[in-house]
Amino acid sequence: MIKVSQLTKKFGSHISLDNVSCTFEKNESIALMGANGAGKTTLIRSILGYYHPNSGEVLVNGLNPVKQRTQVLQNISFVPQLPPPIKLSLEELMQYISISAQVDTQLIMHYADEMKLDIKANIHKSFFKLSGGMKQKMLIAISLAKKSTIIIYDEPTANLDPKARDDFYRLLKQNEDEKVLLFVTHRLEEVKELVNRQIYMDLGKVVSDEKV
Amino acid sequence: MKNLYLIAYLDLKESIRAKWFLVYSLVFGGLIALFFIAGVTESQVMGFSGLSRLLLMYIQITIVILPIFILITTVRSISGDRENHILEYMLSFPISLRDYYWGKIIGRFITVYLPVLFAMLIAIIYGFFKGADIPWNIFFLYTGLLFSLSSTFLGIAFFISSFVKSSEIALGIAFFIWIFLLAFIDIALISLMMQQRFNEELIIFIAMINPMELFRVAAISLFDPELTVMGPVAFYILDSMSQSVFVLLSIAYPLLVGLIFALLGFKIFEKKDLV
Repeated sequence: MIKVSQLTKKFGSHISLDNVSCTFEKNESIALMGANGAGKTTLIRSILGYYHPNSGEVLVNGLNPVKQRTQVLQNISFVPQLPPPIKLSLEELMQYISISAQVDTQLIMHYADEMKLDIKANIHKSFFKLSGGMKQKMLIAISLAKKSTIIIYDEPTANLDPKARDDFYRLLKQNEDEKVLLFVTHRLEEVKELVNRQIYMDLGKVVSDEKV
Repeated sequence: MKNLYLIAYLDLKESIRAKWFLVYSLVFGGLIALFFIAGVTESQVMGFSGLSRLLLMYIQITIVILPIFILITTVRSISGDRENHILEYMLSFPISLRDYYWGKIIGRFITVYLPVLFAMLIAIIYGFFKGADIPWNIFFLYTGLLFSLSSTFLGIAFFISSFVKSSEIALGIAFFIWIFLLAFIDIALISLMMQQRFNEELIIFIAMINPMELFRVAAISLFDPELTVMGPVAFYILDSMSQSVFVLLSIAYPLLVGLIFALLGFKIFEKKDLV
């Protein structure tokens, strides 16, 4: 599903990804780990087509995420580490997602409900005015409602309380079939039950890649 | 196309809720209200009176404040979204960069243009009920001029926004461009003229490629078709083209400048790393 071939990405003189190669197939749940600055975020941003590589390439279902971004992103759900300060109301945000990615808003509401987030009570509130945990729950609900075959989570549980984390893992378990789940995490113990592959990165390289 | 309209619509809604939009609308609406309260329509200076005089005053103030308002409120639209990771999330959905960029421009254009236009409409409606003569030719000229001036600075703002990394730098560049176009060119050109280093035709040409200068001259051309208030400069302008061609140029040229800058901004946005 995702093929990264000899990918190098530099920012000025700093090499963020150094000739990285790896593939991610369906039914794989991967924990992507490494110290700060190891290149984890650069790798997932390259998969999302945000970066123009210096050399090498990324292919998602055989498509280039920079050149064919709309087709590629049709199949990817992404939750960033920190929810961005989006000023749209929840209603407008759902409208944006429903029109751009053909996501059923009822399904977003359903998953939000499962995550114990009452969307209806906050429907006209700006997304950025929600608490950190509520924002994260909303983004998780959107990611699940999108029904993508590739789900990328960058530290998705950072703002969640233990109960919400349990809800999140339960929903993921129900939705992991035939998908690639990619977790960027510093806390392996939290996703240990979910992942079947662990990748460690350091200084822009994959230093360890093992199935568990 | 539906994504383009979606982005434009949501940007418009978001902007209308923003505090800057309230201030922006109050400034232009307030200006018109102030003119009526101050009795501008009842006064007569240099032959201009009534609504014509009010619109002339409005346009003279607008030329100074509209560009800086557009620049400071728009220049952070993409760079700000990039800086606070909004772009990273919003572009993780299947929206093409073309739809996102041009949708933002359309939404922002409506936001910045409508209050300026509405302020003039309020003046016309109020004037109508007060029984004043409506100077339709001036109203339509100013509608066109403000449309093209808004396009210019919106294009420049999106161009800056597409390549700068931080909002502070974007604001700094925007402020410099405003000062440069508004004041520096006048001062620099007058000093060059006084020193007689270049011939006058070249200096006037340089002044006329500045959209703000062109706007100024076009704004007075309806009151003063011979451009006599400009002295010898009028000779060079009206010698090279008729007054109506000059008015058309003063609308078309800034529009083109805005479009070129917006296109350049899009090319940069497309070719650069998104986050």
